[in-house]
Amino acid sequence: MTALPLSRSRGIQWSAVLREAGLTAFVAFLLTVPLVGLRTVDRPTGLTIDARFDEVLVAVFLVFIGRLGLGLIREGQALLVLVLALLATGVGIVAPLPTQVLEVILVGGGLVIAIRATVTLVTNRSTLSQAERDKRMDVVAAKVQHASRWLAPIGIGFALIFPFLPFADRHLIDIGILLLTYIMLGWGLNIVVGLAGLLDLGYVAFYAVGAYSYALLATIFGWSFWVCLPLAGLFAALSGVLLGFPVLRLRGDYFAIVTLGFGEIIRIVLLNWYEFTGGPNGIIGIPRPTFFGIADFTRTPTDGMPAFHELFGLPFSSLQRIIFLYYVILVLALIVNVFTLRVRKLPLGRAWEALREDDIASASLGINRTNAKLAAFAIAAMFGGFAGSFFATRQGFISPESFTFIESAIILAIVVLGGMGSQLGVVIATFLVIGLPEVFRELEQYRMLAFGAGMVLIMLWRPRGLLAHRDPTVTLGGARKAPSGPGSAAAGGVS
Amino acid sequence: MSTLLKVQGVHTFYGSIEALKGVDLEVGTGEIVTLIGANGAGKSTLLMTICGNPHPRGGRIYFEGEDITGRPTYEIIRRGIAQSPEGRRIFPRMTVLENLQMGSITARPGSFDTELERVLTLFPRLKERIGQRAGTMSGGEQQMLAIGRALMSQPKMLLLDEPSLGLAPLVVKQIFEVVKEINREQKMTIFMVEQNAYHALKLAHRAYVMVTGRITMSGTGAQLLADPEVRAAYLEGGH
Repeated sequence: MTALPLSRSRGIQWSAVLREAGLTAFVAFLLTVPLVGLRTVDRPTGLTIDARFDEVLVAVFLVFIGRLGLGLIREGQALLVLVLALLATGVGIVAPLPTQVLEVILVGGGLVIAIRATVTLVTNRSTLSQAERDKRMDVVAAKVQHASRWLAPIGIGFALIFPFLPFADRHLIDIGILLLTYIMLGWGLNIVVGLAGLLDLGYVAFYAVGAYSYALLATIFGWSFWVCLPLAGLFAALSGVLLGFPVLRLRGDYFAIVTLGFGEIIRIVLLNWYEFTGGPNGIIGIPRPTFFGIADFTRTPTDGMPAFHELFGLPFSSLQRIIFLYYVILVLALIVNVFTLRVRKLPLGRAWEALREDDIASASLGINRTNAKLAAFAIAAMFGGFAGSFFATRQGFISPESFTFIESAIILAIVVLGGMGSQLGVVIATFLVIGLPEVFRELEQYRMLAFGAGMVLIMLWRPRGLLAHRDPTVTLGGARKAPSGPGSAAAGGVS
Repeated sequence: MSTLLKVQGVHTFYGSIEALKGVDLEVGTGEIVTLIGANGAGKSTLLMTICGNPHPRGGRIYFEGEDITGRPTYEIIRRGIAQSPEGRRIFPRMTVLENLQMGSITARPGSFDTELERVLTLFPRLKERIGQRAGTMSGGEQQMLAIGRALMSQPKMLLLDEPSLGLAPLVVKQIFEVVKEINREQKMTIFMVEQNAYHALKLAHRAYVMVTGRITMSGTGAQLLADPEVRAAYLEGGH
């Protein structure tokens, strides 16, 4: 970066730029040969492999051009590159291309480079060092975090009226429910990972315990959702404590591996305990929730309960239950959020943050590490259990298939991408991780490719997560009242 | 003067290595007692053993006449022993105020404001930096914070593990002056482990010398300061 003024005065250093672009093209070649160049085709004679080397060549050429563009931006030719990149994007959108991959590369790549060129033109950012850039991004993150004071009420307000907006159809509300479920899980796991600093790779286990608790209680005893929900949370919390006791002595990697194992154990038990859980067939016919035990959402309820639409004098619509489910998960998620916001100011939350920052120092401050970690585990597990029983009642069917490791990984990705400990970050990351693949369903098998690319980009630009900015829980003005009073009283309970 | 802390024949092991080979030591209420010794003599191990991590394999430790051997760390700390650990171990990403708040996590309810006031009077520098992230402060300021954080729990006894470690001579002097002040003003009992023998001995009422896991000498600070053996081993060479 310091060599920039020099190179500018000497004109463009073509050899360096070309070498760089060539190298990138070579890497692209190595990657595209297996990914794009070979395709398995099902023929009457059996599975054969088709080569598609023309497409490999075009892709490699485009990557070469793209890298060249980036190089030229650095050499001070941003305007030219911007024009060319926009041109490429236009071509990608308008011109008929042989495959979708080329379209994605052309449009996506063109846009990324155009954005880079614009940013360079506007702020001259490419002359900054990586550290300066990180600092700037941190300032932005801090601003966003501060903006959450008014952003959060707006977001919650929008979430509240969303089902009644004109464009909200069944499909969108379903996506909304899905997003909120993952936001809730993200916020729940955030307690363990973001606050207490324990890397839990098996969070889905508690989700599964919650789901099966509700499903079994409801199908065997016929209990209502509203009775089972707290019970499911309790069972999940108990399983959290059960797991916690033996493993909390472990630290770091070892801890993570044991939680990973626990997640798998739960799944395999569910899979093999055929008489109790139905094994791979799962549990079917899980009752849908009623309107707080007052009314039912079916057209003609069978068990003597009044129908929801009759009770409120509305025309019958299957959407009513979906909207109700949406509000249930919204409220559940907000409970987790409010809990996290509050607990950070209490001794329990402070003990968690101390543990995350420095295990040994926490011990020397008199924090009972075992109890604090167990509490984090149990509480996060309880929220996972709530989300699980909601999942069960929404789906009406559950099987061990829904609780595989990839679920844990996705929830963890949400927490990490959002920036550990950041509530708003979890929301944004959920929209990226869950929302984008839903939106890009048309991309079919390239959906996961786009997802992977997104993850890589975030990790490149924001290695500590999108909103990795931690606000102090206390400032001097506010310190007068907040910390001591309720604090120490509860500290006894914590430790 | 009553005995506050009594260490009796303590043996501590790391695996099969015996780090403390029968240590006897006493700290009276209101005293400053220092333990000096070379690197690896077992000084920090003794401090950590007092705090219950690791537990001693032999011997007993009494605090206020009660046997605290084998008790869990958090319980020992809650009995009124505060520790400024080796290497300071402040919370770098938290602000100074948050760090101090962490110190008060086991304190009596309602004590936060008065204790904060007292610590900030003791370390005016911390008041200037109150909203700053602790990791961005200088080593001396971080050490002040570590001591301040320990004081926030209103301890009966303060354990300091090498407060002068890695600090400039002028800052070391400041820190030791504050330690003296804490002892004088608050009648705080202080047990300090130090390599900086000259300053430590000058400050301490009484002192012990530790060599490879054993106490080899004890006396008043002034006595040890004048002792030819101590001078030769720990003081010659420009202090």
